[in-house]
Amino acid sequence: MLLELADVEVSYGAIPALRGVRLEVAEGEIVTLLGANGAGKTTTLRSISGLLRPRRGEIYLDGRPLSSIPAHTLVGLGVSHVPEGRRVFAGMTVRENLLMGAYHDRRHVREGTERVFTLFPRLAERASQLGGTLSGGEQQMLAIGRALMSRPRLMLLDEPSMGLAPRIIQTIFEVIVEINRAGVAVLLVEQNAVQALRIAHRGYVLENGQVALTGSGADLLADDRVRQAYLGEDIPTG
Amino acid sequence: MGFADQFWQLTVDGLMVGSLYAVIALGYTLVYGVLQLINFAHSEVFMLGAFGGLFAARGLLPGGATPSGPASVGLVAAGLAVGAACGAAAAFILERVAYRPLRRRSAPRLAYLISAIGASLFAVNLAGKEFGRQNVPVPDLFTNGTLFHVFGAQVSTQTVVVLGAAVVMLVLLDRLVARTRLGQGIRAVAQDADTAVLMGVNVERVIILTFVIGGLLAGAGGFLYAMTFNASYNMGFVPGVKAFTAAVLGGIGNVRGAMLGGILLGLVESYGGYVFQASYKDVIAFLVLVGILMVRPSGLLGVRLGRAA
Ligand SMILES: Nc1ncnc2c1ncn2[C@@H]1O[C@H](COP(=O)(O)OP(=O)(O)O)[C@@H](O)[C@H]1O
Ligand SMILES: [Mg+2]
Repeated sequence: MLLELADVEVSYGAIPALRGVRLEVAEGEIVTLLGANGAGKTTTLRSISGLLRPRRGEIYLDGRPLSSIPAHTLVGLGVSHVPEGRRVFAGMTVRENLLMGAYHDRRHVREGTERVFTLFPRLAERASQLGGTLSGGEQQMLAIGRALMSRPRLMLLDEPSMGLAPRIIQTIFEVIVEINRAGVAVLLVEQNAVQALRIAHRGYVLENGQVALTGSGADLLADDRVRQAYLGEDIPTG
Repeated sequence: MGFADQFWQLTVDGLMVGSLYAVIALGYTLVYGVLQLINFAHSEVFMLGAFGGLFAARGLLPGGATPSGPASVGLVAAGLAVGAACGAAAAFILERVAYRPLRRRSAPRLAYLISAIGASLFAVNLAGKEFGRQNVPVPDLFTNGTLFHVFGAQVSTQTVVVLGAAVVMLVLLDRLVARTRLGQGIRAVAQDADTAVLMGVNVERVIILTFVIGGLLAGAGGFLYAMTFNASYNMGFVPGVKAFTAAVLGGIGNVRGAMLGGILLGLVESYGGYVFQASYKDVIAFLVLVGILMVRPSGLLGVRLGRAA
């Protein structure tokens, strides 16, 4: 298994945020992690990246426990994280932001930059502009492009569609599928449940720091509880 | 003679002192950038560098006449190098002893300030004990005299050495921050430390190297300062406060801001000291600071390290 979370518990001070999360991502999969605000989705991704340390349980990458691995070395193991709110370096140009993505390994900067510019031609036009001056959509493209620069095997995406216009969301989701087709496994956190489940092979629904439901994308899309809770549909009872 | 007659001379003198303020100010601004911490013990890094350079120059100095030519160049270079090395070592130890343990325990802001003041008092008194409490001159490493004139202003060998060395350091640092991988890491940590980690930046390593770079600059700057104004155990205080002022003036955390702030402060002091009275120098410097901060609270160039490169 590429990524495995085994009964992971994480808390902020004394307040628990994850209460025994079990989750797996296999090579080549798109897995989506759904859940209401505050369910623990961001906490899950930050724990995988080593920014937070589980109080209990273990996270495995290729079967190797991550608890003793420094967070900054994770990108070298093939994990790249597109954080919530994009977090592009506002004072760096588009090109410099991409270079940051290749910080741990500078050997493939040119091909990497070419590839990102092919994927997102808008970024090529703005190559010398500061990250902070880009629109929300462009910043999201840059954050994804930056994450691609490290040639990941597993990409963690935290609400990439947040606050974007539908047309841009469409582009972002198409690119996620394309990245996955090129062999990158994706763990996609989304509020946008329908679209996420349409492209995902499998999904998990997180509630109060626990996995409440799991299944294939199609099964979850058809599940009454999912439709009710996340798609805002009224299901007739009785 | 009036101000107009003296203008160029005051400019040359102001640039010389200002370039040293700039060199020291970079240490404050770089550390602030990566840690949001004012390293109040930086002035002692400067002082220890000055003594290191001074002892090296003194030890290498052959007896007899004032050296000249290649010997002078070698001695100044040795003083700069040893001063820089001592400054770097002092900054490294400071970070390890006074700050890192606090960071490990996620200590509150106030703890860092107290730790900095403690480290500073320790270093000052250790230097007072070991090196004496009087002024210690740097021996003459070259014959100082007027090298040339600019618009009637005399430019001495000393000025050329100090200003030249300082400008080289400023340019190198600017290039380092803008162009190298380490510089990119420093800027990334300054802008968003968590995201820097996600990019593979080893934040602890960047922090310690930032202290070392600031120490290299302050140590070499200390030696240059001592060549002009002598060394003493408490020599760090006034230039330290001035350099800190320069960093705030330019926008703390901003590399080019610190350089601009240092040069401006040197010039303003030089002009102001002449127009009013030399003893008003410091008053004028701080009035300028207060005035500029009232209009631009984040300093002349703003606060972001990344924007500076
Ligand atoms: N830095 C923090 N300090 C304290 N509590 C936090 C912090 N970040 C998140 N939490 C809490 O942890 C829980 C999970 O948050 P989060 O993982 O951000 O949820 P999601 O991403 O699903 O919206 C929430 O109850 C939230 O209030
Ligand atoms: Mg979140």
